Amino acid sequence: MVDLVYFQFLSAALFVIGMYGVLARRSAVLILMSIELMLNAVNINLIAAASHLGYRSAGEAFSNFDGQIIAIFVITVAAAELGLALAIILRIYRNRGTVNVDEVDLMKW
Amino acid sequence: MSLILFIVLAVLTLGGGLGVVATRNVVHASLALLLSLLAVAGIYLILFAEFLAIVQVLIYGGAITIVLLFAIMLTRTAEYPRITDNRQWPLAAAAAVATLTVLAGSFWTNASVSTKPHSPALTDLANSLFTRWAIPFEVASLVLLVALIGAIIIARESEEGN
Repeated sequence: MVDLVYFQFLSAALFVIGMYGVLARRSAVLILMSIELMLNAVNINLIAAASHLGYRSAGEAFSNFDGQIIAIFVITVAAAELGLALAIILRIYRNRGTVNVDEVDLMKW
Repeated sequence: MSLILFIVLAVLTLGGGLGVVATRNVVHASLALLLSLLAVAGIYLILFAEFLAIVQVLIYGGAITIVLLFAIMLTRTAEYPRITDNRQWPLAAAAAVATLTVLAGSFWTNASVSTKPHSPALTDLANSLFTRWAIPFEVASLVLLVALIGAIIIARESEEGN
């Protein structure tokens, strides 16, 4: 049996890896992948909390699935976000010939 | 037993994540991401969330990895080997370590009394999703529709030929 806190540590570590990727990578596609890692970390946290704390007392039937259901919504939004982001990356690539986010500085002040 | 399984899956998850942020080859990064996502599906199985594990394999392992590979193939440029990390990477690493410290510290100090993981029956999950969460469910389908239409409009060649 694994304690909830170990899942939370795993989630925090994965989130931090994704955060480093978002901050440090240059390719827009790699930044997208890092965002997927961060969303997965959040999902691990939600589902671990849901299955460890989802029922009121020992022996009682499962009473609260909100963590798992919110995780389903997170996956849905992640899929929508990825489709849109791919379209934007393709458009940027077509217009500017690069996916390097350092060179896409049209709106930089 | 489940602890050994957890450690193996955690190492695979974090190893895949490190592969995503450390490798220079973008295709290798996407394969490392696939490894990490499938290991996360295994984590869901340890937590008895079978439905989420299946959804994870289908959507992340199948669809999202394929879409990312499409993005890589369609934007293949000669500059891929040289775009790796930007100059701010030490700053990014410092921010990441600081965040990890805060998160892990707060998880550790607020560690609740842990109980055996339970799982809802799939029918109960479906009941909850389609009664209590029915409106967010419909909004999620609307979000997917809008994202789909928006993606098509953004990505298509414009007819005016600009």
